[in-house]
Amino acid sequence: MSPSMSDLTAIAPLLLVAGTALVVVLVDALAKRNRILGPVLTLAGLAAAMTFALPALGDAPASAAFGGMIRTGGFTSFFTLVFCVSGLLSVLLSMSYIETMVPGKGEYYALILLAVSGMILMAAAGDLVVFFLGLELMSLSFYILAGFARGRMTSNEAALKYFLLGAFATGFLLYGIALVYGATGSTALAGFPSRTGGLQQPLLLLAGLALLMIGLMFKVGAVPFHMWVPDVYEGAPTTVSAFMSTGGKAAAFSGFLIIFTPALLITQPALRDVVAAVAAISMVAGNVIAVTQTSVKRMLAYSSIAHAGYILAGVVAANPAGSNGVLFYLMSYTLMNAGAFGVVSLLENPDGSMLTFDECAGLSRRSPLVAALTAVFMFSLAGVPPFAGFFGKYYVFAGTVEAGFTWLAIVGVLMSVVSAYYYLRLVVLMYFNDQPGGQAVAVRPFGLAAVIVAAIALIGFGIFPSILLGLTARCF
Amino acid sequence: MEQHILSLILFTPLAGALVVALLGRDASRLIKTVGLLFSLVALGLSVWLFLVFDGSRGDMQCIEIIPWIPALNVSYHVGIDGISLLLIVLTTFLTPIALLASWESVTVRLKGYVALMLLLEAGTLGVFMALDLFLFYVFWEFMLIPMYFIIGIWGGQERIYAAVKFFLYTMAGSLLMLVAIIWLGSYAASLPGGAFTTDLLRLYAIAPGIPMGIQIWMFLAFTFSFAIKVPIFPLHTWLPDAHVQAPTAGSVMLAGVLLKMGTYGLIRFCLPLFPYATFRFLPYLAGLGIVGIIYGAFVSMVQPDIKKLVAYSSVSHLGFVVLGIFALTEEGLQGSVIQMINHGLSTGALFLLVGMIYDRRHTRLIKDFGGLAKPMPVYAAFFMIVMLSSIGLPGLNGFVGEFLILLGSFRSSFLGSPWYAIVASTGVILAAVYLLWSYQRIFFGKTEHPEDQALPDLSVREIAVLVPIVLFIVWIGVYPGTFLGKSAASTKQLIHRIEETRRGSFAGASLEPGHEILPGERR
Repeated sequence: MSPSMSDLTAIAPLLLVAGTALVVVLVDALAKRNRILGPVLTLAGLAAAMTFALPALGDAPASAAFGGMIRTGGFTSFFTLVFCVSGLLSVLLSMSYIETMVPGKGEYYALILLAVSGMILMAAAGDLVVFFLGLELMSLSFYILAGFARGRMTSNEAALKYFLLGAFATGFLLYGIALVYGATGSTALAGFPSRTGGLQQPLLLLAGLALLMIGLMFKVGAVPFHMWVPDVYEGAPTTVSAFMSTGGKAAAFSGFLIIFTPALLITQPALRDVVAAVAAISMVAGNVIAVTQTSVKRMLAYSSIAHAGYILAGVVAANPAGSNGVLFYLMSYTLMNAGAFGVVSLLENPDGSMLTFDECAGLSRRSPLVAALTAVFMFSLAGVPPFAGFFGKYYVFAGTVEAGFTWLAIVGVLMSVVSAYYYLRLVVLMYFNDQPGGQAVAVRPFGLAAVIVAAIALIGFGIFPSILLGLTARCF
Repeated sequence: MEQHILSLILFTPLAGALVVALLGRDASRLIKTVGLLFSLVALGLSVWLFLVFDGSRGDMQCIEIIPWIPALNVSYHVGIDGISLLLIVLTTFLTPIALLASWESVTVRLKGYVALMLLLEAGTLGVFMALDLFLFYVFWEFMLIPMYFIIGIWGGQERIYAAVKFFLYTMAGSLLMLVAIIWLGSYAASLPGGAFTTDLLRLYAIAPGIPMGIQIWMFLAFTFSFAIKVPIFPLHTWLPDAHVQAPTAGSVMLAGVLLKMGTYGLIRFCLPLFPYATFRFLPYLAGLGIVGIIYGAFVSMVQPDIKKLVAYSSVSHLGFVVLGIFALTEEGLQGSVIQMINHGLSTGALFLLVGMIYDRRHTRLIKDFGGLAKPMPVYAAFFMIVMLSSIGLPGLNGFVGEFLILLGSFRSSFLGSPWYAIVASTGVILAAVYLLWSYQRIFFGKTEHPEDQALPDLSVREIAVLVPIVLFIVWIGVYPGTFLGKSAASTKQLIHRIEETRRGSFAGASLEPGHEILPGERR
């Protein structure tokens, strides 16, 4: 069966991104001296994919291509948007950053594009096998990207650790798919929850779903499958961490939403309780451990574990408010976390040592702009209005309370207070500490532009959340 | 223009902050003037609001409603009654005074300072205007950011500790309130034909019907958040730190306006939304109010630092406000409202006076002073008037509020015992003790310290800062009707509604509302 034209237009963003990846590799091979062409092409490819994804935002989610293997519509488009934003920000941040670390490696941008293709495939999956395909494409790119700073021990450690543990998690996921197939006789996601009713071997299905869940929880970095997160996010080049922690996380959550749909979670209360427990533990552990960190990147890594918990709370809700909340949260989290890592990449020592809290002391004197941007990201991560991070939390907790998981919302808000402590510590040092000295702020106009755009978007979406909500409303 | 007056008042300081942010960093005189100008425009607008406000009506006025987040039924819904009116005027009145007071004492990062003060004003105004719980919460939390920076950047020695403590304390309380707000919204959705809403006026009709077992938790979540802000004993421990470390203008805003957000919240949300829970808890809360009165007074008495003394006296004064609120009588509530204004004026002025002497001597310890009346007679006179107002001398403003509160709680059928009023009245005596005693130590006796002898008296600017406050201290003391008249109908309506609720439940068999389907049940 050859793909029809409508099939191809359905996956236009995917084709664009993957195609650009190939072009970037070729350009790198043919025009070795030209360093600006690769990133510019990458940006163009991602921007083009975004424009192709936009019109489909209002579409009903049911339409399918490639015989049901690919789903199109609002859900896929929204996630494509998130992935492209994450990719765009990371590429802008990487320009001249990654060059100082490993000169003359054009495949970096191709790998980012390939990872984005994988993510798009995950969010567009209409079948577990397609989902797995996307996941592997993304993960393999991540493994290489994490170890991209070859000269650094930490980067190598990050790559190896991520690869070994990631391969293990992939095994779980694949085995889960096999068991689900064994129990239901199909890997198609369409009509998945309804097929699970009245099965002869519910245990087999439950085991398969549990394994699938473990694999996904590993990818989102939820406790107790979070061990890799701090080391990998800290060791990987900062711009890669920005990319993995936003786009990668969002892609894994798209898996949660298409596999563990509200309908499935409601028919499987045991699974739902497990997710709720994992969400709660992630919020508590991530936030509490983040308090004790001295390295800013490591703090952000632990905080990302906590944020995985908040987003999982939206999955637990299994209602429209919760699911829409997850989408809103992922977009705002992409902006604020890429922004936060972006600021770190601007402040870092070029020698590769980790940025500590103390090095940020007195930053508001040295660079008022970067300090103000950091403050925006920190307040947004802490969930203080009027930034988008607050509204994401509000929406997710609205879903959880409505679903009767009020205790989870209470755990969440209490842990937000803990998180405010460590986010504010950075603000305290930057603004309330007048000691001179410290690292000079790197001058990288593209990186700075990315961070500024992210901050403006956070304020805009915070004050007018309806801009985003209008887009998420048609996704389910 | 009149129908948008609230938005005008609200957005004037915001616009001012924006304009200030765009000015050059070194144009300090211009920055200060522009900031002051915007705050004066806001003041002028609120005076206009005060004049056009119809005091004979008890319902919400000047309402503006614009859909904001349709997906969650949230709208930009603002409106005021007499209670919020007075607090809005107080806010716009104190902001230019605070800016003028820090005209010379703040020199570093002036631009940020002026912009943050204006943002703080806007946030506070929003809290007093919002008629949508979501909108209210946004302002409530947002105002933490400017205050946090004001304490943390321009504060004293321990400013970082104080700023972080202030932020975390308040946030801990308010996030629980957020859960309660969401819960209320989804409760509204669970009723037949209902939809998720955080609109206050709609919830007024719905919320009292919440089953008692849950209403209690809602009430506690809201009250906890407000109690931290007021602060009600034993949640007051952030206050001395924040007050003492904040710069003078920060303390003025904190004591003058921010603390009122807590008591305002109790009146605006806790009483009308959760009347049954209020009936159940009011003896305890009134009791805590009294503990605060006595405790604050005793701790004030032993403070070696004048600023700390004033800070603890706030705990005592706000104890009165809390007592008046939970007396649930017209007199008590009116007294609380006017006492909120009084405390804003007199404690604000006290902080200003403390700041003025600190600018001269760079110490605030009572033992470092003595006989100041001789070198600084004008200062001593202002201090005397403000102090007497704080004590509650008849003829000055403090007396009006305290008298009404004591009267209201003495007669209250909800409290059911005159002992609340009797014990609370000792607080008035204790206030006289700690204030007069410290006045004596600072101003009378021999001028022992050589630095004191050559102290310059108040400058024209400093007098200009104090005169308007003193004017209102006397005005409210002599003719409180100007202000009480504006809030009378609103307090009357609130008390009337609560009385109705109680009578309704007495007529029914049980004190508690019926049990309906809870949104907390899993669906």
